[in-house]
Amino acid sequence: MKGLRSFLDRIKPTFQEGGNLSMLHSTFDAIETLLFVPGHSAPAKGAHIRDGIDLKRTMITVIVAMMPVLIWGLFNVGYQHYLSLGVNEGFATMNNMLFGLSKSLPIIAVSYGAGLGCEFLFAQFRKHPVNEGFLVTGMLIPLCMPPDVPLWMVALATIFAVIIGKEAFGGTGMNPLNPALLARAFIFFAYPGSMTGENVWIADKPDGYSGATSLSNLSAAESVPVDGNWLNVSGWSVGDMFLGFEPGSLGETSVLMCLIGGVILFATGVGNWKIMVATFVGGLGGGLILNGLVAMGIGADNAFMAVPAYYHLLMGGFAFGAIYMATDPVSAAQTERGKWIYGIMIGLVCIVIRVFNGAYPEGMMLAILIMNVSAPLIDYYQVQSNIKRRLARAK
Amino acid sequence: MDKVINLKKGLNLSLTGQASGFVRDKALSATFAIKPTDFTNLIPKLAVKAGDEVKAGDVLFFDKKNEEIKFTAPVSGEIVAINRGAKRVIQEIVILADKQIKFKQFDAKSSISKGVDSVKEQMLLSGAWTLLRQRPFNVVADPNAKPKGVFISGFNSKPLGADVNVMLGSENANFQAGIDALNTLTDGHVHLGLPTEGAINSALTNATNVKKHYFNGPHPAGNVGVQIHFIDAINKGDTVYTMSPQDVVILGRLFNEGIYNTSQVVALSGSEFTSNCYISTPKGAQIEHLISNNLKSEDARLISGNILTGEKVNKETYLGFYDNNLTAIPEDTSPEFLGWLLPTYERPSASRTFVWFKRLLAKGRAEGFNVNTNMHGEERAYVVTGEYDKVMPMDILPNQLIKSVLANDIDKMEELGIYEVVEEDLALCEFICTSKMPVQQILRDGLNYIQIEA
Repeated sequence: MKGLRSFLDRIKPTFQEGGNLSMLHSTFDAIETLLFVPGHSAPAKGAHIRDGIDLKRTMITVIVAMMPVLIWGLFNVGYQHYLSLGVNEGFATMNNMLFGLSKSLPIIAVSYGAGLGCEFLFAQFRKHPVNEGFLVTGMLIPLCMPPDVPLWMVALATIFAVIIGKEAFGGTGMNPLNPALLARAFIFFAYPGSMTGENVWIADKPDGYSGATSLSNLSAAESVPVDGNWLNVSGWSVGDMFLGFEPGSLGETSVLMCLIGGVILFATGVGNWKIMVATFVGGLGGGLILNGLVAMGIGADNAFMAVPAYYHLLMGGFAFGAIYMATDPVSAAQTERGKWIYGIMIGLVCIVIRVFNGAYPEGMMLAILIMNVSAPLIDYYQVQSNIKRRLARAK
Repeated sequence: MDKVINLKKGLNLSLTGQASGFVRDKALSATFAIKPTDFTNLIPKLAVKAGDEVKAGDVLFFDKKNEEIKFTAPVSGEIVAINRGAKRVIQEIVILADKQIKFKQFDAKSSISKGVDSVKEQMLLSGAWTLLRQRPFNVVADPNAKPKGVFISGFNSKPLGADVNVMLGSENANFQAGIDALNTLTDGHVHLGLPTEGAINSALTNATNVKKHYFNGPHPAGNVGVQIHFIDAINKGDTVYTMSPQDVVILGRLFNEGIYNTSQVVALSGSEFTSNCYISTPKGAQIEHLISNNLKSEDARLISGNILTGEKVNKETYLGFYDNNLTAIPEDTSPEFLGWLLPTYERPSASRTFVWFKRLLAKGRAEGFNVNTNMHGEERAYVVTGEYDKVMPMDILPNQLIKSVLANDIDKMEELGIYEVVEEDLALCEFICTSKMPVQQILRDGLNYIQIEA
């Protein structure tokens, strides 16, 4: 390590002000501090000792938590592809993995390349260090993309999310919206053909093969199964949906893998468990309310209303959104009670969008974005209640 | 036992170098100094010049804004230097101490029974008034304020904090006299915060004329600010006085013996001392004298005050007026290869991301960490939320409060309770901050901003 350290020390002047490559200063700084935690000591006044945690460790923990869904997603992209060709050699095969990699690695590379490029540029011009936040965003973007999405769209969406979604608001820590979801929403509205419908969720599938997800099947269903057999309607069994043998975005299909990631986030304390639990509670509650309405005879012929409530938690990106997207601390509610309200509302709004807006069978993305925007309002009322307690005490 | 106030939030840090054992009575330091910079936002007006002879209790300088408030010599001797810093700001008034301290004589005990004016006068004349601080702002108390109470914390929960039991020794009578004097200053009560666990000095348990409150929980339960919050919180417009228990003893001596005797016990804490002991010395002792061959390494960081709140000092300077801790820990400025991923040595952390390195977790560990001054990361924008709340037992939203300061929004600062806190109350937030924010400095900037604007 000493050799590496002295090499960095040797080339450092080239990147500092006045050096030949000073325009790459922030890039060098980012790489240097990634390799070596700088030996800064505490300032002369204040806390002279500091906790071992820093933002790099926090962010890398989130990336570790995303590994299960990523690995599952890589296999699944290949599995669904070969399945559509009529080949089924099992799930965890080398062929599946290789095909998954060939489809997903370019998306990951483009996402990181475009995003980090913007980040480094802004860090250089604004003269601040590169923030670690994009390490997570750069992985979240590919995970919520369909495997067939054109790479230029990924690049465009990422740049949009970083510049308009984040830097325009002051950079990391200031963004009102989750940047990864913003990137997805950008494609969703600008190029709906690449983000919705039945033809985008399986990579390179033959034309005749249906690539419909359980969500699109349910959305298209015209009647409620009289025999209670939902498999015919959703097209995918509960087990398949839970384990993730279903077409979909790279990271969203396996609820089980999402839950493993959720456990990692919960155990390390990096992801807020209140938001995760609240979102699931909200989703389940929303589903149960609709079930109740159906039982009362309201909307009895609407399959999406009548489907057992827990289906909503298994279908589409609900679990992925609840665990990885809703918990983004910057765009979520920041007060402790606010986090409960925020999570429950995400779950409820997601169900409402799914069921009542026929155009958007997947409501999770919009639900989280809507609640991102509402989070400051939730916090406002929480802070106000703290202020009121203080005022009441003064009397 | 009176009602116990249970606090759940907070963090006890177990560190090596806790001062223990007996109190060493050392020969007097050669020089002593009072540093006007120890008194927040004070503009001093000198009353002495180099070459003057002073007794302990003679005036060295006044508060320019209120000349009633006098800052006096802790020892007798000759003024040998008035050291100034940038812009000729007075840094130190240095006294070459006599071998035997000569005390200026003040009235003795009778003045307490004469009531508030007489007590105030004697405190102001002797300089003992400056032991008294007021909240909000944590500045030397305003003699014209009407405090709704006087608060004393009878225990120290800070990591490597000096043990109040040792500091009080057997000064029961002086402690009680101090309490009696403080009682005249307020229409409310003198409140004493005590721990539910551990031995408590009889000076505290036997104290009368005070309202005792018992606190149970991790640091910052021993911070007087936290105790005030739960006993009788500070609202806008309120003033309260606070005094450290050791200073109550010094105040008591003034009324029992008629002298301003600032002799106090200082804890030498931190892993860089060969022997973590207590030393008895008047206020303003030179750091070098307190150390005298007790330091393991010349490169150690010396801190006047507590490890979480103190100020970095060099050997030539003097211990802070309100400090009863001198801390020495290793200075660390070495880059750590992939330190954020694979820490190479132990460090305390409240984060569960270190669960794989079980020995690194700060909670529930009995043996102490050997801590150094490394930041373990760089300053970043706020990303993580809710971590401050875990170490803030008061009903205050620390993140929102700090952000209101950063936004210079005085109304919000007031609404969010800035008057209830001083730097030490948010010291743990600064310790655990993932973004490595200078929380205490931001808070002080906010308090200063309010004082300037108001």
